[in-house]
Amino acid sequence: MALFTYSIMSHLLRLSANKASVLRTGTEGKCGAAVCLQFIRCQRSVDTKALQERQKQHMAKGLPRQKPITGVKQVIVVASGKGGVGKSTTAVNLALALMANDSSKSVGLLDADVYGPSIPKLMNLKGNPELSDNNLMIPLTNYGVPCMSMGFLVDDAAPIVWRGLMVMSAMEKLLRQVDWGSLDYLVIDMPPGTGDVQLSITQNIPVAGAVIVSTPQDIALLDARRGAEMFKKVNVPILGLVQNMSVFHCPKCQHQTHIFGSDGARQLAHTLGEEFLGDVPLHLNIRESSDRGQPVVVSCPQSPEVWLIFFLP
Amino acid sequence: MFPRAGDGNLSQVRHVVLILSGKGGVGKSTITTQLALALTHAGNKVGILDTDLCGPSIPRMLSVGRPDVHQCDSGWVPVYTDSRKNLALMSIGFLLADPDEAVVWRGPKKTALIGQFVSDVAWGELDVLLVDTPPGTSDEHLAILENLKKHRVDGAVLVTTPQAVSTGDVRREITFCKKTGVRVLGVIENMSGFVCPHCSECSNIFSKGGGEELAKLTGSVFLGCVPLDPQLSSSIEEGKDFAELFPDSTTFSAISSISHTILNSLQTT
Repeated sequence: MALFTYSIMSHLLRLSANKASVLRTGTEGKCGAAVCLQFIRCQRSVDTKALQERQKQHMAKGLPRQKPITGVKQVIVVASGKGGVGKSTTAVNLALALMANDSSKSVGLLDADVYGPSIPKLMNLKGNPELSDNNLMIPLTNYGVPCMSMGFLVDDAAPIVWRGLMVMSAMEKLLRQVDWGSLDYLVIDMPPGTGDVQLSITQNIPVAGAVIVSTPQDIALLDARRGAEMFKKVNVPILGLVQNMSVFHCPKCQHQTHIFGSDGARQLAHTLGEEFLGDVPLHLNIRESSDRGQPVVVSCPQSPEVWLIFFLP
Repeated sequence: MFPRAGDGNLSQVRHVVLILSGKGGVGKSTITTQLALALTHAGNKVGILDTDLCGPSIPRMLSVGRPDVHQCDSGWVPVYTDSRKNLALMSIGFLLADPDEAVVWRGPKKTALIGQFVSDVAWGELDVLLVDTPPGTSDEHLAILENLKKHRVDGAVLVTTPQAVSTGDVRREITFCKKTGVRVLGVIENMSGFVCPHCSECSNIFSKGGGEELAKLTGSVFLGCVPLDPQLSSSIEEGKDFAELFPDSTTFSAISSISHTILNSLQTT
């Protein structure tokens, strides 16, 4: 979008600069050919410099300025680059763990995955958000966490077939036109990839930090690494890496199987010079309770895999 | 005005099949590569077009490294996995100077590259072209469908894992297919059950039966279950041919059977 805007503006700027030089040569024609030519060359170099200066100013204006969300103190994004590694599950449980660790903190949850919104399912929330008196959407709340998701605004089976521009516009509304109230933390569950949504969010709001989630396998780590590089490019600090689905304990014989490999995320964290936040094992409990809409931090707070999530904040 | 070289590049491709999901991380790329390998082992010439620009996994899974992409009269020459040229690939992974580079592009740029991938790759003669897609229903998917309009899309295979968060998103993808007139060849339930290598107990880590229920709900064909197999994961990691290494495994027979079903339904249209 920005590139398209720049090219249109630079084209218009070039046209208006050419028009101005023709006018000037017209008025200076009486002075004599050689002098005129020199004068035209000087004028053109001055025009070029002025043009470049104007272009610089326009380009600086072109990038959106980061504006904090009203009422929200800090924004944490949970991202990956790879799909299906457990970003939504981690985001939900992280939000709940932040509150459980310190009950004075208020935490909100924003589902930025427009195409595959999972938060409604994971938080057991349904229905359309109502509007407040000043026309802001009121987030739906469960387990004390106000949540907003595209999933509340569309039918369960309806695909959201939107190009990037529409998604940017939707993200703007989900960020700014929601009555979050006063929040200490807003946890944003990001979609997979490194595209429009990630750029829109990081360019429009100040982000306190990013938690990168990955499974241990190389295929996932490649994308997680790209995700981390993207955040570095847009100057978002990385809080650390979480290794999800690290190991499976057979419920019958307790044999440990590293289905998706072992320790890959830990090694990646070391390579990137980022903090390794911990392992979350592959446990039937997490999937079963997620499918029921009862995040494991709430449904099984005593289970070992949950203690890790408590330590993450 | 020169005729576009691209229009002819798909003329010798018999069938084009999209591998879709809607949900990330369900195994689209894994299933794409395994179906492609199963089809080549059965004597077919197959191509894979990797349109996941932000997370191109196919080159790594097939262990083709980072060869240069050459040009010929008809356009870009695809990368072949071996000298027999039975499996052709194209991915943004081959075009990046740095393989770890993040591709942080907005929609229009992605659309433009996918247009080139569809039109300007000299696929030659192929029995099946599998198109691996990123999750969602966005610019990439619209670009693929718009550019393939001139040729045709023979169908889409939907991949899901059994759990509810996954089937919910895949349901949206099936609706997308219906709205855009893409025939749904069937639903595959991936990561369906894990058999402990120690005691053979089967654990439904990601639940079970969700894919089959989804197929029933949407009136689609259920193509089958592929179990969660650590040997498949490690073959993918190492870029090895799982079909050659473990031809007697339950996983390979599931994939092989699914590939036959897909080929039969393509040939009967």
